[in-house]
Amino acid sequence: MDSFIPLFVVVPLGGAFLTALVGSFVKGWGRYFTSILLAFLAGFSGWLMFSMPGPIVYSVGGWELFEKVPIGIHMVVDGLTVYLLIIINLIGFLSAFYSIAYIKKFTAENNYYTLFFLMVAGMNGVVISGDLFNIYVFLEIAAIASYALVAFGIEKEELEASFKYQVLGGASSLFILLSIGFLYWKTSTLNIADVSRIILRGGKDEIVIFAQVILLAGFGLKAAMIPFHAWLPDAHSSAPSPISSMLSGVLIKAIGAYVIIRLFFNMFEITYKVSLVITVIGTLSMVVGVLLAIGQWDIKRLLAYHSISQMGYVVLGVGIGMLVISQGGKTSVASLAIAGGLFHLFNHAVFKGLLFLNAGAVEYRTGTRNMKKLGGLAPHMPVTASTSLFASMSISGIPPFNGFFSKLIIIIAAVQARYLVLSILAVFVSIITLASFLKVQRFTFFNKSSDEWVEKGVREVPFPMCFSMIFLAVLCVVLSLLIVPSVRELILTPAVDVLIKAGSYSAAVLGY
Amino acid sequence: MIVYILTIFLFLVGLYGVLSKRNLIKIVIGLAIMEYSVNLFLILVGYVRGGTAPIIDADRQGELFVDPLPQAMVLTAIVIGLATTALLLAIAIRIYKKYGTFDIREIKNLKG
Amino acid sequence: MKGMTVIVKKVTQIMCGITFLYGIYIIVHGHLTPGGGFAGGTIIAGSFMLLILAFGSEFLKLKKEETGSSITESSGILVFIIIAALGMVIGGTGVFFVNFLPKGEIGKLISAGVIPLYNIAVGMEVAAALVTIFLALLIYRDEVLK
Repeated sequence: MDSFIPLFVVVPLGGAFLTALVGSFVKGWGRYFTSILLAFLAGFSGWLMFSMPGPIVYSVGGWELFEKVPIGIHMVVDGLTVYLLIIINLIGFLSAFYSIAYIKKFTAENNYYTLFFLMVAGMNGVVISGDLFNIYVFLEIAAIASYALVAFGIEKEELEASFKYQVLGGASSLFILLSIGFLYWKTSTLNIADVSRIILRGGKDEIVIFAQVILLAGFGLKAAMIPFHAWLPDAHSSAPSPISSMLSGVLIKAIGAYVIIRLFFNMFEITYKVSLVITVIGTLSMVVGVLLAIGQWDIKRLLAYHSISQMGYVVLGVGIGMLVISQGGKTSVASLAIAGGLFHLFNHAVFKGLLFLNAGAVEYRTGTRNMKKLGGLAPHMPVTASTSLFASMSISGIPPFNGFFSKLIIIIAAVQARYLVLSILAVFVSIITLASFLKVQRFTFFNKSSDEWVEKGVREVPFPMCFSMIFLAVLCVVLSLLIVPSVRELILTPAVDVLIKAGSYSAAVLGY
Repeated sequence: MIVYILTIFLFLVGLYGVLSKRNLIKIVIGLAIMEYSVNLFLILVGYVRGGTAPIIDADRQGELFVDPLPQAMVLTAIVIGLATTALLLAIAIRIYKKYGTFDIREIKNLKG
Repeated sequence: MKGMTVIVKKVTQIMCGITFLYGIYIIVHGHLTPGGGFAGGTIIAGSFMLLILAFGSEFLKLKKEETGSSITESSGILVFIIIAALGMVIGGTGVFFVNFLPKGEIGKLISAGVIPLYNIAVGMEVAAALVTIFLALLIYRDEVLK
């Protein structure tokens, strides 16, 4: 079982180019092949989570440690990695299944599936890599595939949004490469575990602090944090809907929040100033994101601004954990905060993916995204309306859906760590989110029905789209079971333990 | 030491180009200059005083070599830069067809 | 698109063959001298682009060329992945990407295990990819911009 770890990268890469090769001869090859392969990967990652004894370290090419110095490339799968692998492959499979019906109207269908496979391969590679430069290479593969997917239907707005996204994303990738250069200058190695040992021995060093700041700027743009959010509303609202749900649901987490969490907990030393900066950025994203979202009348643009706000919750939870650890506080409070942040990561992938798929279904039948022109769709599209109600109640934090539990854990952790201002802000933002989604539900589904829906023949969407939406809606309710202690021990606690115990990652990789 | 400062200065020149030019193609050129400067910085980090090219022949083993790892990193970074620039130019030429101009002050359909 | 003058055509007829052979030399000697797959692939793509620019070409022939180069690109990467995955089956330890052919002595042409095969696959892929990008931009200019 250990030797099948590279399959997470090889299977999507091989599938991408096989689709490009065979797709020019066989017309409908890409559709079914994509869903089959991604279902296999989702099942494999689920099986891995339930049967993994401890961290798995895989040296590519068989290059073992030479006199205790790592000279090869390592792939590391531990609790946090397998948690993210399940999220990426599951949401990927559901979006690919949804696109069977949605992408039929475009002519270059096989190119879409090639780029989709490349994006999933890049994200899988980022989370299983144990090497700084490999993270950069896989991040670029995923990002370039997403630039092309945003511009897929070649309309005016999509091209402009894709250009803006590319320039900002390209500049942030160069910042990341610059910081890798500075870290290589100081430590002469690229392996994450080795760099953490050398920084621990080295003491206070200005070049490492400078590299930390540039790294935070680069990855902050990928994770859509507040000074760096300008690309997100245009890119996520102009993309085709299954790609919007992949971008907002998985891409900003796998190449943004995951890398920040991994590098700042397991590689750098946690200091008070850096934790303060991360917490402030998280709080600002949370508040400013939701305030900018209230006045929007375009459904997908409103959902994109809410993505900024909910990612702020995740970074806030992680930041409170870092603050408590850096000041030497109680470990139980820190692990509660980090567990809340990671739980909210999974929840946001599920309900935001469902909301974008719903917006896509509405646009597929009625042809418009403007809430002023919609209204009264609930009797015509029952599946879409009821799943959208589930997702809206999840994101606003109403029990018994999953959003309530994760926001509750973050607020309790903030109160226990004596940061009362942050907990009051979190409750305030949740109330405004509820107001915003009441507006969406009323103007899209529940107002007076107009006769043009009957003339146009607005019915329910085809079966593949319904299946994905119903699956995600059921997952919204099932995920609140992660609170139950026996389920939490299996899924969430290994992910948190890797981050809390300071030397456990490097001990697992290097073996001493 | 002065060489590293000059490389960072070239990075800032590229950043100035991306931030303040109005033509789409000039923004692409600014991004390309930023990428060249980061590649240059990576190779300079691997220099060893008095070293030669890191290739092992049958008759030349055991001399002082420069660090070969940054050279592998820079080869990969050049390929990634090629893909980025090609995609940017393909999108720019389609924007010219749809909007009729390269000026970013005219291309402002998405707002708010 | 139109071709260029007679002088450019004559010089290109001589130079493009030499450039192509030079590119193949750099790819195959990738484990002995600087260069390797990427640099050699770029030179081969350069020789094709020189030919198209100097002689001009019509629209339908360009479309047929593009299908051919797209297929070459995908097969190049599939060959690379198959050789890498063969390491899991054949080699001694059964790991991904292992070097499983015999290694020979330093400095000979046939040595260093699997690395020359990787170089050839990468060279083929890079040349085909660059020619595909060039042809795509040229077809867009001829078909749409007029």
